[in-house]
Amino acid sequence: MSSQQPLISLRDVYMNFREREVLTSVNIDLQPGEIVTLIGPNGAGKTTLVRIVLGLQKADSGTRTVKSGLRIGYMPQKLHVDQSMPLSVHRFLSLTGQPKKEILSALERTNVRHVIDSPVHTLSGGEFQRVLLTRAILQKPHLLVLDEPVQGVDVNGQTELYHLITELRNEQGCSVLMVSHDLHLVMASTDQVICLNQHVCCSGHPQQVQKHPAYLKLFGRESEELAVYTHDHDHDHSVDGHIVHKCKNSDHNGEKH
Amino acid sequence: MSELLFHALLAGFGIALVAGPLGCFVVWRRMAYFGDTLSHSALLGVALGLLLDINLNLAVILCSLIIAVLLVSMQQKQKMASDTLLGILAHSSLSLGLVAVSFAENVRIDMMSYLFGDLLATSPEDIFWIYGGGALVLSTLAWIWKPLLAMTIHAELAQVEGYPVQRTRIVLTLLMALVIAVAMKIVGVLLITSLMIIPAATAQRFSRTPEQMAVGASCVGLLSVSAGLAASWHLDTPAGPSVVVAGFMIFLTSLSYKRA
Repeated sequence: MSSQQPLISLRDVYMNFREREVLTSVNIDLQPGEIVTLIGPNGAGKTTLVRIVLGLQKADSGTRTVKSGLRIGYMPQKLHVDQSMPLSVHRFLSLTGQPKKEILSALERTNVRHVIDSPVHTLSGGEFQRVLLTRAILQKPHLLVLDEPVQGVDVNGQTELYHLITELRNEQGCSVLMVSHDLHLVMASTDQVICLNQHVCCSGHPQQVQKHPAYLKLFGRESEELAVYTHDHDHDHSVDGHIVHKCKNSDHNGEKH
Repeated sequence: MSELLFHALLAGFGIALVAGPLGCFVVWRRMAYFGDTLSHSALLGVALGLLLDINLNLAVILCSLIIAVLLVSMQQKQKMASDTLLGILAHSSLSLGLVAVSFAENVRIDMMSYLFGDLLATSPEDIFWIYGGGALVLSTLAWIWKPLLAMTIHAELAQVEGYPVQRTRIVLTLLMALVIAVAMKIVGVLLITSLMIIPAATAQRFSRTPEQMAVGASCVGLLSVSAGLAASWHLDTPAGPSVVVAGFMIFLTSLSYKRA
């Protein structure tokens, strides 16, 4: 594809947890300036893969090559500040080592400048996600790694947040690797989709992936007919993340999105 | 004021100053049980020191440090709940200490004094240990404050941002072990963790930043030591427990404070 050196590439990565294969023969190249979305059902190994990309975990086998001098901005899936720690948004962001001026302008960019002096415990879900994103961009990253960035945000807010992420990529020219379990919402703001279920089932442009047999097998056939922004699931998930097709199971038990 | 009381006050102040900021991390990181385990295993150090006939302070410090490192590495490797592991180590090392002491036939030692300490028996040598160790601990804390805070909020985020998380975690553990080992002889095994936790929990109610809470905890600690020793002097109550009771009273009073 691109002739530029990838920011991070994984080659033939395998990972086992207690005899269970979590990742099998995964290859990934993160190209400069590209937004890559990792989708897959629960237990597909998305978080494990992200941890390997970040260098937080070592794969059982395979190689990870990182472009030298790479700066990563990371937004974890969950960040819980213990209630016992008095912490303002400003103090939280100052842990990046950036001066107040930078922090203010970054908060301005993510539209949450007004919370700068608020204790982190008082923020709404959407505000907190934006503060986390602010901390990630304060790293002046070449690569943003966002693990389910829209978690705990209402549907309108989700679209806005994805839009903001795309804008940030355009302004800063950084790459983005994000985890999502909903292709429809992220389609508009992603260049490449990697569909993961222990192995890379398929990857490519979102429109292509959406028609790919492996994707359809994983996420259901009817998704083919869905328009980009109609957020309407075609299947249910059982508690362990398996897909429950409506055609086989008409009584709509289990988790419904 | 008698020299006895003066020494006790000096020792208590030294411990309170150090226990404050360190106690904040115990509260923030929910390590209360970890502190308990360390202080229990310090008793093993006393026993070994007696058996091997080496300086007791040194034996306790060494033993605490070894157990602390053991704990951290076991927590990372074992697939066992943290509190289970801590419970096993705490009570095993305490019992091991008591059993070991019984082998030292010609040495008679009052284990009670190690459990509850004896502030009023503080010697100038103890004060030297407290302030020497205390200065070391406080300056190290100040030095690693930022990584420590970042790691406490989210270890993996801190690691991605380039903070030396693994090293910081070990240093924090060693600092706790050092403080517990030094303070144990003065305020006793059972009281040192409460001296770390109660002032921190009190200061939390009045603080807006982590730094305020750390300094506040030291101040509350100083107040507890003064009040506790005064009560002990006038009412003839045991010194160590009186300090903790004083701290507890201050904590209770702080509960009625409503944040503006």
